[in-house]
Amino acid sequence: MPSETPTVEKADSVRADSVRPVYRVVGTRPIRPDGVDKVTGRAIFGADVRLSGLLHGRVLRSPHAHARIKSIDTRAAEALPGVKAVITGQDFPDPQNKAATSGEGTVNLRSLAHNCIARDKVLYFGHAVAAVAAATPNIAEEAIKLIKVDYEVLPHVLDVCEAMRPDAPLLHEDLRTNEMGQRAGAPSNVANHTRHERGNVDQAFAEAAVVVEREFRTSMVHQGYIEPQNGTALWNADGQISVWCSTQAPFDERNQIAEIVGAPVSKIKVTPTEIGGGFGGKLSVFLEPLAAMLSKKAGHRPVKMVMNRAEVLAATAPTSGSCIRVKMGADQNGRIVAAQAWMAYEAGAFPGSPVDAGAGVIFAPYRIPNVLIDAYDVVVNKPRAGAYRAPGGTNAAFASESVIDELAEKLGIDPLEFRILNGAREGDRRADGPVYKRIGFIETAQAAKAHPHYQAPLAPSRLDPEGKNPAIKRGRGVAAGFWFNWGGKSSAWASLNPDGTVSLVEGSPDIGGSRASIAMQLAESLGVRAEDVKPAVVDTDSVGYNDATGGSRVTFGTGWVAYRLGEKLKQQLKERAALLWDVAPDQVHAEAGVFSSNGHSITLKELAARLDETGGPIVASDSFQSDEYGPGFGVHIVDLEVDTETGKVQILRYTAAQDVGCAIHPSYVEGQLQGGVAQGIGWALNEEFVYDAEGHLLNASFLDYRIPTALDLPMIDTVLVEVPNPGHPYGVRGVGETPIVPPAGAVANAISRAIGVRMTALPMSPARILEALGQVRGAER
Amino acid sequence: MAKVWIPALLRGMAGGQSEIELPGETVRALIDQLEARYPGIRERLIEDDRLRPNIAVVVDGTRSRQGLRQPVGEHSEVHFVPAISGG
Repeated sequence: MPSETPTVEKADSVRADSVRPVYRVVGTRPIRPDGVDKVTGRAIFGADVRLSGLLHGRVLRSPHAHARIKSIDTRAAEALPGVKAVITGQDFPDPQNKAATSGEGTVNLRSLAHNCIARDKVLYFGHAVAAVAAATPNIAEEAIKLIKVDYEVLPHVLDVCEAMRPDAPLLHEDLRTNEMGQRAGAPSNVANHTRHERGNVDQAFAEAAVVVEREFRTSMVHQGYIEPQNGTALWNADGQISVWCSTQAPFDERNQIAEIVGAPVSKIKVTPTEIGGGFGGKLSVFLEPLAAMLSKKAGHRPVKMVMNRAEVLAATAPTSGSCIRVKMGADQNGRIVAAQAWMAYEAGAFPGSPVDAGAGVIFAPYRIPNVLIDAYDVVVNKPRAGAYRAPGGTNAAFASESVIDELAEKLGIDPLEFRILNGAREGDRRADGPVYKRIGFIETAQAAKAHPHYQAPLAPSRLDPEGKNPAIKRGRGVAAGFWFNWGGKSSAWASLNPDGTVSLVEGSPDIGGSRASIAMQLAESLGVRAEDVKPAVVDTDSVGYNDATGGSRVTFGTGWVAYRLGEKLKQQLKERAALLWDVAPDQVHAEAGVFSSNGHSITLKELAARLDETGGPIVASDSFQSDEYGPGFGVHIVDLEVDTETGKVQILRYTAAQDVGCAIHPSYVEGQLQGGVAQGIGWALNEEFVYDAEGHLLNASFLDYRIPTALDLPMIDTVLVEVPNPGHPYGVRGVGETPIVPPAGAVANAISRAIGVRMTALPMSPARILEALGQVRGAER
Repeated sequence: MAKVWIPALLRGMAGGQSEIELPGETVRALIDQLEARYPGIRERLIEDDRLRPNIAVVVDGTRSRQGLRQPVGEHSEVHFVPAISGG
């Protein structure tokens, strides 16, 4: 289908500005440039990489949650025919204890290096201890079984609250709690403490008409991407290192590999292959430095490493389990007067949980005069926690949105009306300090309230369509969510082809349809069709620096660059037209791909065909960073039913409304909302890491770690609310993270209204539902 | 004068104040002013002549990438917040 169709206002789209700009490309739904290759299997993913002389690598992983490595004997493995190299932590330099960019934040390079391969201690079940490169995957697999590791098993700690106790086993003897630049005297598993405080919460609670206080627990969960981590590396004899891998952050990974293997960054080229899902889990390296070092040690032959599912679950970067206590109070008019949160997040084996982001999210949708938030980053004997879509936000909103719902219930106010009454507007101060610029929370909540879903009675039961089974209870819940979004640095270049098309070279891996959304912004600004822009994502030697594809930044940040490229190409074309007509360039007018001046007129395609006679090729490059990214808000509605005999929860109807700024390609924006909701529902109802008493992961497969399938979910309705971000030429706001924030809270609130019990732990599995019901029934007896 | 919000964990060094108005045209100048009033506060915010890696500065609602060099207006509002990351 051609994209040159006028923008069509859909029924599920709400535009906040009174006069929508007229766009030719933005807001349409062209076919994605990478679509055919992906549906026909031609797209090259990491596991598809083939190189001459390729070896295959495997990793030996720790069977213990916490142990000291006394010795490693690799002689038997090295002697196995077909084995070309064996490495341990001793083969790597020890990076400095310093921070480097990773996504929006930073990562400690020493921690990252020690996570890739253990040095003196293993810190979680699955921690890498040694690696082998061999002629075949089977030989490599056999070889790692021949490596003998002598461990001194140490006491371990898995629970965040237990890890905070003074007598808890210490993961890092040199770790001291950091409180805004001040280190505590004694070692601790608490890596960091942050506080936000405004007003006087004690006084406000004392004067409040209603106060609700609860403690919540959430389990460690995984992003659940389909494509496992992988990495192929060639450490050439001339010192050049080439890496092919599935990554959201090729430039960050280039820096990380350089530090971990001890090579200059200029010697490393990272080629991002297609990516089968990341969601924050592919922002840092796991296998890539091991593959590089194996390649060097194996005589400069390329080495490919691909994780299996058990390794992905046990030893990559799931997101934190947490313990959160929330207390909120409101006056008799329904105004929230105070909010307090105590938040402790599991960081896994190394500091760096997303608790600070959670602290920013937890009360963000609301105007609250008195706030106190304490946030703790705590190491435990689990895999190092990573980002997962709005990292830290889902845990936080599960807690705060449950308490807000209970406040509304106690006050007898409609839960959406309560949120609108207390909702943050432009000029309000966020709970963690800064003042909001133009935001769309109120418009989003109002759109949700006006939606046919909220106006309709509860959706019909699937298990009990005639309503005769008293064991089937139905309920409706709502919840709100927030994410900061991000701008970051982007670079790209574009060249005009003689047929009037444009080749766009970018460095942002496409994890959510961004090839399309970036190309469309260039097409809009230049005045060509979306199909006339051919985007390519290239390696780190072939384009300028790009920050990670993460933080919901690419359609905003790289989109800004695409817009500027279009303007730069257009200016050069004006100069060429001016030459043809012997006029000044500023006398040439460009509109929708047609250049005109004083009665002359020429199309872009005609002008492109005359490049040689007007000065030769037209190329533009750009690097740009805007800090004016607008935050996003979402409001979700869910209808569900609970089988009180089995504890099973069935989602009946789900609607997600979100302020998306401007939907460049509405289909992909809707897909982002639907994907976030699907993952959020899995987190709410089923997903959790299950460890035994010894710290062994028990459910390291997709049979036992249960992510939702199409059979578990209804069609998820979306409402795209467009409150344009004044910091972007088309009003774009990031959209990928906000939609995972509200689902757990919305589902919890619906379950509460269905069965009359507040659920305070994730996942709200059948066992937990039955346990909660049992407590109520026991109390009734 | 710019309004500087003192991070909650540093208010003990500032006599319990949560905000203070200070002269200065950059974030660095404001921190120098803070240090002059509350000795020791600079090293809680700065390491190796840069903002500490886990701290970001927000000026007038926008997180700055210029750190200590970030210009500050006469009526600006300045917050020091944790540096957060997304997925």
